[in-house]
Amino acid sequence: MTYAFSFSWLAEYYPVLLKGILITIELIVVGGLFGVALGTACAWARALGPAWLKPLVSAYVELIRNTPFLIQLFFIFFGLPSLGVRLTELEAANLAMVVNLGAYSCEIVRAGLQATPRGQFEAGASLAMSPIQTFRYIVLVPAFQRIWPALSSQVVIVMLGSAVVSQIAAEDLTFAANFIQSRSFRAFEAYFVTTAIYLALAILLRQVLAGIGAMIFPRRPAR
Amino acid sequence: MSLIEITDVRKSFGQTEVLKGIDLDVKPGEVIAVIGKSGSGKSTLLRCINGLETIDGGSISVAGAQLLPDEAHLKALRLKVGMIFQQFNLFPHLTAGGNVILSQTVVKKTPKREAEAMARKMLERVGLAEKFDAYPDELSGGQQQRVAIARALAMQPIALLCDEVTSALDPELVAEVLAVVRELAAEGMTLLMVTHEMKFARDVCSRVVFMHQGRVHEIGRPEEVFARPKTPELRQFLGVQ
Amino acid sequence: MIEFTIWDILRNLLLAARWTVVLSLVSFLGGGIVGALLLFLRIGGNRLSTAFTKYYVEFFQGTPLLMQLFLAFFGLGLFGINVPAWLAAGIALILWTAAFLTEIWRGSVESVVRGQWEASASLGMGYVQQMRYVILPQALTVAIPPTVGFSVQVVKGTALTSIIGFVELSKAGTVVTNATFQPFTVYGLVALIYFALCWPLSKSSQILERKLNVAHRNH
Ligand SMILES: Nc1ncnc2c1ncn2[C@@H]1O[C@H](COP(=O)(O)OP(=O)(O)OP(=O)(O)O)[C@@H](O)[C@H]1O
Ligand SMILES: [Mg+2]
Repeated sequence: MTYAFSFSWLAEYYPVLLKGILITIELIVVGGLFGVALGTACAWARALGPAWLKPLVSAYVELIRNTPFLIQLFFIFFGLPSLGVRLTELEAANLAMVVNLGAYSCEIVRAGLQATPRGQFEAGASLAMSPIQTFRYIVLVPAFQRIWPALSSQVVIVMLGSAVVSQIAAEDLTFAANFIQSRSFRAFEAYFVTTAIYLALAILLRQVLAGIGAMIFPRRPAR
Repeated sequence: MSLIEITDVRKSFGQTEVLKGIDLDVKPGEVIAVIGKSGSGKSTLLRCINGLETIDGGSISVAGAQLLPDEAHLKALRLKVGMIFQQFNLFPHLTAGGNVILSQTVVKKTPKREAEAMARKMLERVGLAEKFDAYPDELSGGQQQRVAIARALAMQPIALLCDEVTSALDPELVAEVLAVVRELAAEGMTLLMVTHEMKFARDVCSRVVFMHQGRVHEIGRPEEVFARPKTPELRQFLGVQ
Repeated sequence: MIEFTIWDILRNLLLAARWTVVLSLVSFLGGGIVGALLLFLRIGGNRLSTAFTKYYVEFFQGTPLLMQLFLAFFGLGLFGINVPAWLAAGIALILWTAAFLTEIWRGSVESVVRGQWEASASLGMGYVQQMRYVILPQALTVAIPPTVGFSVQVVKGTALTSIIGFVELSKAGTVVTNATFQPFTVYGLVALIYFALCWPLSKSSQILERKLNVAHRNH
């Protein structure tokens, strides 16, 4: 192999990479917050919501979990305009991530709720709390503590999955890599560096989430 | 001659020394009860004799052969000494019969037919002939423990180590397991058993070992040990003043 | 402009879906073999091989599959060969699948309680015999539902190979969209075909899981 590796392009293109990193972070923050919120709402609907809502939520969850994120993204970005919904690249990317994480976190939160002892609901009722109050004040926090590790891994998975939003020209980290390789003709090096950045982001994200977990659930044993 | 010779055995977990020089000789046919407070090192001693823990000092020999921590020596040792666990540890994916057959065929290379005949014989000996095809989770705790005993016996060991074999059982199931052990003792099997069943120890055992803080604190015939405990620790353990 | 009926679209997509199926099978089987090798390096090997598999898994689970595809595609290209997309796709997906399967299987082996190791050791079994007759049979039943479940991720993962130019269902979706200008219909159909491939796998994983839990309580 006579190929000589070169990373000199980094000097010229690092601002592009930085911008890509910021957008990837933006995607995961928005996707993470709204996705988990949506998932929690869906889990509530499936467990305690009105009867007509349950099959709709189930259909949404099953549909998302059994199709590729890339296709969900294409459908939102290219398909929705035929219904008159026109989104920018970044909006479409954000929406796709929320919708995707929403379905997965619905399943995770649901598992957490199911592990709640029946007595907890009964205790809430016996204290004259409404079902929603019981859910909000008694059930939710222990359930989240139980599922925090699973939820964290799912958020990391979705962050890594976000690499494909470059395919609708949302200018994330992968988009930056594509841009750089087309200009510098250093494809392998560009993707190598980008991969390393993703790895660092994944490790960082895991630690941030663990830190958040330690903050919200201060040393109470999960039940 | 002694069957099991334990000389100055030491064992530490990290900083804490759990066995601080144990000496004990077991003669063929002896039935020895090991008693003592929780954490005094009883289980650790038994596990060392079976090579489940490696010792840090001293020596253990069984029927003249030294216990060394390589696979060949361990296998030779374990063919001579069987072990029964508090939690039974039956293989859940095999029937009672399968449990008793497996180690015979894979370790001793006994032909399948012979192994099966042996399994039937041993299950009958513990009173479970009709449970040959039952899976462990279809058996009560007492039955599971008896299968575990049959499984160990099928290897034709010269001694059995029993670690609190009735502690995980409901009270009404204790007797059926103890009856099996009592019968083994009567047939001359060498037994070294950790137990909290004092009455059983008094009736069946030839010697009682009281362990305290990693040492053999008192040892003697059950009449002596139970009736005239010499040390304050044993007196306190037995609840006599 | 030529008119495309739904049937025309669907037929083209289904033809391309064959390649999604083939690539999924190859990745899953290849990944299973590599994953099994990694498993033995991880649990039966020495310090070095354990460390290797740990970093292997960390890399493949900590970076985007899309990046792995790019690296395979352009990395192989460094050797001067003109790499066909299917080769880069197959290699990347096999290595990626192996990382996940080996983790699933390690978890299953470790879920077998310590007493099983001790009981089999006390009966005189050596390491290989313990594995072969006591540990793996139990680990296997635990491993089946999540393994089947992961096959769904593999099928979905193949969609990314369209980005490096492998023509399968997703790529066909883009091509057909460009010809028909009906993205809503085309991507809707593409999604439904993926769903038809994945949903049975998801469901069987769930059913197996439930059966296993029942079997645990009562044979
Ligand atoms: N694998 C281990 N790692 C660290 N410490 C251990 C381990 N096994 C046992 N110990 C410690 O060694 C000491 C003796 O334990 P051992 O199980 O032998 O006690 P025991 O006399 O059998 O008690 P019990 O009656 O509760 O069964 C305990 O303090 C225990 O915490
Ligand atoms: Mg003990």
